[in-house]
Amino acid sequence: MKRSLIVFTLLLSGAAWADGNANLAPAVSNLKWKTECSDCHMAYPPALLPERSWRKMMAGLGSHFGQDASLDTATAKEITDYLANNSAERAGGKRAKKVLGALGPNEAPQRISETAWFVREHDEVAPQVWKRAKIGSPANCNACHQGAEQGNYAENQIRIPR
Amino acid sequence: MTRFAFLFAGLFVCSAAQAAPQDLLQSYAVQAKQENPQFQAFSAARGEQLYHAKRTHSSGKMLSCASCHTDNPKSAGRHEKTGKAIQPLAPIANRDRFADTAKVEKWFKRNCQDVLERACSVQEKGDFVTYLLSLK
Ligand code: HEC
Ligand code: HEC
Ligand code: HEC
Repeated sequence: MKRSLIVFTLLLSGAAWADGNANLAPAVSNLKWKTECSDCHMAYPPALLPERSWRKMMAGLGSHFGQDASLDTATAKEITDYLANNSAERAGGKRAKKVLGALGPNEAPQRISETAWFVREHDEVAPQVWKRAKIGSPANCNACHQGAEQGNYAENQIRIPR
Repeated sequence: MTRFAFLFAGLFVCSAAQAAPQDLLQSYAVQAKQENPQFQAFSAARGEQLYHAKRTHSSGKMLSCASCHTDNPKSAGRHEKTGKAIQPLAPIANRDRFADTAKVEKWFKRNCQDVLERACSVQEKGDFVTYLLSLK
């Protein structure tokens, strides 16, 4: 009984992986990225933007969405390399394909929340819902995705605050 | 030799990371004196003023340090743009504050730029830290 339960659970989690790829935790983590990119907001999954987007962002941290997020050169380089190595191109999988498939070859979006797959995936969220006090903006992933900081975007982990 | 150098570097990193806020103030005082021979002392009152001073940013937004760190530095703040929680800035409420020089300098650079659209002087940084340390 126990064994079949385990097999069943494995099958289920396998299915969740294949279907839509709701696990967005990078295969390896990086301490610098984790600390430096989570002071003002949660650290966003590297697999949700292409390498060219991350390189552009990291080259402009002095004015990052209207904020100074500048880093020393060595730290910035380590994080850039990490993001490049875990970007949509490198992460692979169904989700990464969706991310890349919706982009032109030279497009380097800076917001995950404005990419075409994101907008489509969230089309059932009404415009006024994003504005709720406990959400604020689509960039606030962890307001709704309870497992966002662990990279878990599975449907059963979504709770939209009132 | 390499092992020794490693140990030494380790010690240095530890002591830098755990330097008390007083040590930070001391080094600010040395720098302030170099920049301005008339330098006397840091002032908690001026630091308090800097903390609360509201300024219209060129984006049109009214901003101060309190916009994110709240009017009471002993309570938890909230990032004005993203809403993310920020631990209290006053050392009495958060022992980790002003203990890591590199971290302190990183945030003075960023936040002075974001609020004042210029760098803070050593005098201002010393006043600011003196104010927060004066809170009991
Ligand atoms: C000084 C604060 C600060 C730091 C540090 C910071 N960011 Fe940001 N970031 C912001 C703000 C503000 C926004 C805009 C958020 C919003 O509109 O709600 C943002 C937005 C983003 C977005 C777009 C979110 C969306 O809408 O999809 C990405 C991606 C991002 N940051 C990545 C990073 C990375 C990578 C790092 C580390 C190198 C980093 N950030 C460090 C302040 C910061
Ligand atoms: C207002 C709440 C809310 C916010 C904020 C939000 N999402 Fe979502 N997200 C949802 C909902 C609802 C769905 C749709 C679930 C479904 O239809 O399966 C979803 C679906 C997803 C999926 C697909 C999951 C799957 O099962 O394949 C991903 C990935 C995702 N969101 C990522 C993000 C990221 C990254 C952010 C931040 C940049 C974000 N979301 C912000 C509510 C939100
Ligand atoms: C837009 C939001 C925002 C504003 C405005 C802001 N800060 Fe900050 N500040 C932060 C964040 C985020 C951190 C880092 C998170 C943390 O350490 O808890 C931080 C950290 C700091 C630190 C680091 C202290 C330590 O030892 O950990 C100092 C110093 C600081 N801020 C000074 C200032 C000053 C001075 C002003 C006004 C000129 C100011 N801040 C305005 C968001 C802000």
